[in-house]
Amino acid sequence: MSADPVPADLDLLYDDVEEGLRASVRSLLADRCPWSAVLERVETDAPTDVALWKELAAMGVAGLPVPERLGGAGATLRETAVAAEELGRAVAPVPFLGSAVLATTALLAAGGEAADGALARLASGEVSAALAVPLATAPDTPFPQTVRYAPGAPGSTSSPDSPADGRAASGTLTGEVGGVADASTAGILVVPAVGADGPGLYLVEADSSVRLPVTSLDLTRPLATVRFDGAAARPVATGPAAADALHTALVSGAAVLASEQLGVAEWALTTTVDYLKTRYQFGRPVGSFQAVKHRLADLWVAVSQARAVARNAASAAVHGGPEAALDAALAQAFVSDTAVLAAEEAVQLHGGIGFTWEHPTHLYLKRAKADALALGSADRHRMTIARLADLPPAQWEA
Amino acid sequence: MTDPAPLDAAAARARVAEFVAAHDPRTTDPAAFLGARFDAGLAWVHFPEGAGGLGAPRALQPTIDAEFARLGAAPVQREGLVIGLGMAAPTILAFGTPAQRYRYLRPLYTGEEVWCQLFSEPGAGSDLAALGTRAVRDGDSWILNGQKVWTSLAHRARWAILIARTDPDLPKHRGISYFICDMHSPGVEVRPLRQLTGEAEFNEVYLTDVRIADSQRLGEPGEGWRVAQTTLMNERVSIAGHAEPREGGVIALVTELWRTRPELRTPGLHDTLLRLWVDAEAARLTKERLRQQLAAGQPGPEGSAAKLSFARINQEVAGLELDLLGGEGLTYDDWSFRRPAGIPFAERVPGFHYLRTKGNSIEGGTSEILRTIIAERVLGLPAEPRTDKDTAWKDLPR
Repeated sequence: MSADPVPADLDLLYDDVEEGLRASVRSLLADRCPWSAVLERVETDAPTDVALWKELAAMGVAGLPVPERLGGAGATLRETAVAAEELGRAVAPVPFLGSAVLATTALLAAGGEAADGALARLASGEVSAALAVPLATAPDTPFPQTVRYAPGAPGSTSSPDSPADGRAASGTLTGEVGGVADASTAGILVVPAVGADGPGLYLVEADSSVRLPVTSLDLTRPLATVRFDGAAARPVATGPAAADALHTALVSGAAVLASEQLGVAEWALTTTVDYLKTRYQFGRPVGSFQAVKHRLADLWVAVSQARAVARNAASAAVHGGPEAALDAALAQAFVSDTAVLAAEEAVQLHGGIGFTWEHPTHLYLKRAKADALALGSADRHRMTIARLADLPPAQWEA
Repeated sequence: MTDPAPLDAAAARARVAEFVAAHDPRTTDPAAFLGARFDAGLAWVHFPEGAGGLGAPRALQPTIDAEFARLGAAPVQREGLVIGLGMAAPTILAFGTPAQRYRYLRPLYTGEEVWCQLFSEPGAGSDLAALGTRAVRDGDSWILNGQKVWTSLAHRARWAILIARTDPDLPKHRGISYFICDMHSPGVEVRPLRQLTGEAEFNEVYLTDVRIADSQRLGEPGEGWRVAQTTLMNERVSIAGHAEPREGGVIALVTELWRTRPELRTPGLHDTLLRLWVDAEAARLTKERLRQQLAAGQPGPEGSAAKLSFARINQEVAGLELDLLGGEGLTYDDWSFRRPAGIPFAERVPGFHYLRTKGNSIEGGTSEILRTIIAERVLGLPAEPRTDKDTAWKDLPR
């Protein structure tokens, strides 16, 4: 039977180190990333706050799960998830998900000299990275086929840049990937591609690709179409190891994303409750009406549950394996709906002001809905649960 | 008993081992075993010495209970003792005189005396403080007249905790007093109350000129509402001392059916099943997180949400079970008017599950009242304007 008991030792709380990390990140964001600054920035040509990312990197946030020997914090995905909560609470426009979660966990899973070299550069904040898959990719989708790998040195028609570790390229990539998060500001791309020998995971210097920004639903998380025209590439994993590394990255990403969504939901709930204590209509605070109170009580219950589910997914992701995939799917299936509900309730319960551009609620609504689509919709994750928990779909009768 | 060092987990376990070595649970009479455990201060470790405890931190109790279980002792919480252990004991400890503690706590703990609760009335459900059972002073005693309802165990109980109105001229919360009622007194009449499942888990209790000695009063006259708050708060505190496995709850009714009966599967019910599976896991993990918080000595407000979530999940699981079974769900096991035969819930027919779980969102605080409690006490939203708080009880509309 696939429904094995959960290990009894999964820690769903926050320890002192995690609370310390939370306080540092929250304090920096309160100072450097108020919502008014976010709103102002996202309509410029540089929606990503690269300077803020360097400051977060100086605190260790760019390389939390990266080993200390590579200049990382030597922490785990549990601490990474705590940082994600705070970044979500601030809708911070930094390449955390693309670089410090997706690309980093892919490189950690791949291992080896080239991956280590790239991880050291990411952890230091020298550059950021992106994982070249559409942001909506669910962990159990088949290995991407849109980029082809060809062995041999780059031809004269392709970019003359050397690959990510500064050594000779082993081959080139050709093809296109749409909807890649955090690609425009990335220095390094981690690219799944297929060659004659099957799947592989490759490192590419980002400026040897063509990156076309697209207008994204979530203003605070820019997307780009990335095109490779014979870009110099170096493999970090090939064959089943490449597929495993990509799967691990997407599962880890789904687990950590749930904590970001939790942060979004908490902001929406807290801000709405505070507003409704001070907004008067009919001679009394709007928050004293039972029809409003009960909605907020239900939302609070859902957010409390989202915290347990997100902590569980982060702890399971540290251990890895099939349980991690199931717990990440559970987290996405539950927390995606909760964060969207929280943001939608925030808009509705703020009334007219919540529908304006000048109020921050729309930033959270857009982040919440985009996060729900990112790394697979809730329904895709329920299908994953069906498979992993042995609850198969109905079949046509013979 | 006079160990000067504060009790820690290791010392607590050592005490339990020492106790079990002296009282073999396999050969000692269960009531005698529990009586000795009470005398050794290992019943409720946070109670004072002489009242079944050692004045030690409450957080040690799960360790002690787990150690007793490991060494083969029968569980303390048994059928019929839920009101006594969970509600009467903490109230008697908080408000009882030394004589009352001495008289009631030990036989309550050993199970020799069963307790019930005479709070709810036909006219005072969610608005319990509106209760109308009258207690009139007569020398050294009180004469009670009125009707109580939804009393489980009344037909087996020796004692009841009871609240009654002692001053109808005061506003409703201020004119209530709290008593211990001898269920064998003349004038106490217990009638089974048939519920929509056909059977009678509960009773109506009619009180006609029932005499209660003033020495049976808990707390000061007119202070009964405050005393009752202690009782009601303890009703929701009991949290299992062990982690529950995945699919450990009522969800197993439908997951097992789904796995073993492929012919029952339809696409719509598959979606319902997966959504419920996710909700059940979220509720389970939230309960587990609360358990970890309590064990770490940091209780959170999540407890008030647990009942709300489980009521809804239980009802939806039971509804899905009938939908899955189709025609098989059209039969019922037994409509006869009788006291429950002690058949576990899971072994009754699905129709019973469907009907019985309808009570989950009513008993022990309706889901609507729980939402109001969460909104006002956890989120701090303002109370609705009220007209009944400062009006004499006798002048309230009813």
